[in-house]
Amino acid sequence: MAKSDVFQIRTEEAPLLPAPISTTGIIGWMRQNLFSSISNTILTAIGIVIAYWMIAPFIQFAFIDAVWSGENREACLPEEGVHAGACWAYVKAYFPQFIYGRYPTDEIWRVNIVYILFALLLVPLAAPSAPLKKLNAILFLGIFPILAFVLLTGGHIGISFSTWVFVALLALVGVAIAGVQMFVGGRDLNGVMPVLVGFVGSAIVLGAVFLFVSVNFGLTEVETPVWGGLLVTLVIAVTGIVASLPLGIALALGRRSTMPIIKMVSIIFIEFWRGVPLITVLFMSSVMLPLFLPEGVTFDKLLRVLIGVTLFSAAYMAEVVRGGLQAIPKGQYEGAMALGLRFWPMMYLIILPQALKLVIPGIVNTFIGLFKDTTLVLIVGMFDLLGQIQSSFTDPTWSTPSTGHTGYLFAAIVFFIFCFGMSRYSIYMENRLHTGHKR
Amino acid sequence: MSVMEQDSAGAPARASLLNDPKARGVFYQLVLIVALVTFGYVIVSNTITNLERQNIASGWGFLENTAGFGIIQALASYSETSSYGQALVVGFLNTLLVAIVGIFFATVIGFVVGIARLSDNWVISRLAYCYVELIRNVPLLLQIFFWYFAVLRAVPGKREKWSFFFDSFHLNIAGLRGPKPIWEPGSAWIAYAFIIAVVASFFIARWAHKRQDATGQQFPVFLTAIGLIIGLPVITYLLSGMPMHLEHPVFVETGPRIRQGFELNVGFNLIPEFLALTVALSIYTASFIAEIVRAGIQAVSHGQTEASHALGLRQSPTLRLVIIPQAMRVIIPPLTSQYLNLTKNSSLAVAIAFPDLVSVGGTVLNQTGQAIEIIGIWMAVYLSLSLITSAFMNWYNQRMALVER
Repeated sequence: MAKSDVFQIRTEEAPLLPAPISTTGIIGWMRQNLFSSISNTILTAIGIVIAYWMIAPFIQFAFIDAVWSGENREACLPEEGVHAGACWAYVKAYFPQFIYGRYPTDEIWRVNIVYILFALLLVPLAAPSAPLKKLNAILFLGIFPILAFVLLTGGHIGISFSTWVFVALLALVGVAIAGVQMFVGGRDLNGVMPVLVGFVGSAIVLGAVFLFVSVNFGLTEVETPVWGGLLVTLVIAVTGIVASLPLGIALALGRRSTMPIIKMVSIIFIEFWRGVPLITVLFMSSVMLPLFLPEGVTFDKLLRVLIGVTLFSAAYMAEVVRGGLQAIPKGQYEGAMALGLRFWPMMYLIILPQALKLVIPGIVNTFIGLFKDTTLVLIVGMFDLLGQIQSSFTDPTWSTPSTGHTGYLFAAIVFFIFCFGMSRYSIYMENRLHTGHKR
Repeated sequence: MSVMEQDSAGAPARASLLNDPKARGVFYQLVLIVALVTFGYVIVSNTITNLERQNIASGWGFLENTAGFGIIQALASYSETSSYGQALVVGFLNTLLVAIVGIFFATVIGFVVGIARLSDNWVISRLAYCYVELIRNVPLLLQIFFWYFAVLRAVPGKREKWSFFFDSFHLNIAGLRGPKPIWEPGSAWIAYAFIIAVVASFFIARWAHKRQDATGQQFPVFLTAIGLIIGLPVITYLLSGMPMHLEHPVFVETGPRIRQGFELNVGFNLIPEFLALTVALSIYTASFIAEIVRAGIQAVSHGQTEASHALGLRQSPTLRLVIIPQAMRVIIPPLTSQYLNLTKNSSLAVAIAFPDLVSVGGTVLNQTGQAIEIIGIWMAVYLSLSLITSAFMNWYNQRMALVER
């Protein structure tokens, strides 16, 4: 080692230099994501041009050229040679119709109560951290529909005598089955309790529901043909999904059953409804269903559509639920059976709670699809949100070149807000539920 | 089990018949059958009485009656004197046409957007994201209305036009007009040349593949095939004395007002109903296909990309040879159901009166009142389309599926 007098030992750390300006901050981000190569730069330019083509006319139409207030079409008529902007004044004038249809103005408070109740019950049900889920679900799925039915239609429905006979029969069947089980099957009272509770309980609940809807609360009757707008959209979508849930669960269980006939019937049902378009189902429910009914029995048009929509979405729901059932490991079934649980307790206590939790995103996605598909009812002559908007175009008071565009834009915004919101929720739930099942 | 059998000395212990799972199963299934048969019986007997009351003769005889209504787009020969059966066939062909054209464009747009969503370029991926979210969260019917009423009704009237593509395509309220190829005698040679080119490209591709396996040398198959498929028919066209010409639409601007506008049946015409329906269907379904494609590509692990880069493949062969073939396995099953959805959604044609199966059937239903037969035809047709498509796609899926050792 050669000795040298000149040497240097650095005693303190060199100062940290900031990263080159070209790799950090907005410039670095742009270099990396927009202009990393020549082809990338060209793509960026093309993208910006496309975005400009799309956004600029939209902003021009919806905001800059838009007319925000006015009494009739005069306000929205464009001057000579100028492009017409959105006529928001027309939407403002028609807003109540878009939300309530032709529901009598004096009775609109009833619809509002239903809307508010719906929101109040749905929000805690959807928020995973809110307590009292079970009570909430019973209120939302059980009590709310009946309350909404009475509020919206006015209640005071005449219940025929045969309906009461049916309810009584249901209770009697329960008692009979329990009796057979006790005397022939040798079970004690505790053993037949589930059957008793199932049959007699549902008879009592049914009876209470029928009693409730037949009571006269002094509400004016509002017939369904005057319902319209968002009200009809929500009624069809929510009823369709809520009613199709139990049916879908039953079909999914049937499809996974070991009993060949039950399995076959379930498969045929599911594949049939999934194979045909909703519009033919709607035609069927509005044209063919009346033929199936005995003479003198008629169904409301809305009810017919609801039946069609429910059967249709039940098939989709069944496939969603089946996905959840398949995702439950076999050990869960075996564990439940090892504990001595029969089929229904096993499903009710062990399998379904896990499976249904897993398929919440799937159910929400089915709901989004159904929500969008409710627009189809306008083809069979009902006025959902889109139908109401479409029919408002014929009004000469607001006939301007831009009325149609504005109406469609409004409909698109409403549907987008609902569907996008729900799809975000579904993604959020998916991420939340994912944690426990990631291996 | 063995312990129990020993205890009962041969005869297995039997619980009461009520608790025997097998007996219960048979019982439940019998109950189901009885319930279904009763239900079916009630419905059928109700229907028969109702039909009798309304004086509607059931049966298929009405299919031979004269339809008496016109159809604006018919792929088979059809006139007002044709029968209801022929009208339904024409409607069915229109459904097929919309479905096939729609599936083609939806696939193309869907793949482009799906790949664009994974682009490194922020602007492009954001654009693709906005496309997907905007389109799939707005009802299809609204989009059909938008394209039909707001776009295609807002184009110039009958006596004006918008022209584009070097003045060869024209758009006005009567639809899209363009040049139509007119085949003269001798033009069959062009078709033969085309077929020969396709077959030749196929064999060249096989030969090139074999040679590459054996020697490692590559052959520009794609360029050769393109050259053959385009070049050969063009050469035949020139050699055989140009037996084909384009018939351009004729636009009359002078003369009596009633005669102004495009001449009927000259050139190639797409009616606005067809345009609106296919555009809306393609764009709507493409947004779903884009998500499927994105998910499929993301399902291929990143290690595959890295490994193929390590082998020296560039970006494009990596995508073509490594990523896409693996992603296709994930993509195909949901893609099938999107194709089926598109086919079923084409029934929304009835909302803008495009004469598809449902629309024509609706007219027939209104005229004859044969609700059960018409709805039966609809359901049978859509069900069999569904079953055929899914059968085909299952076959294709099996071919594409992972070959395991």
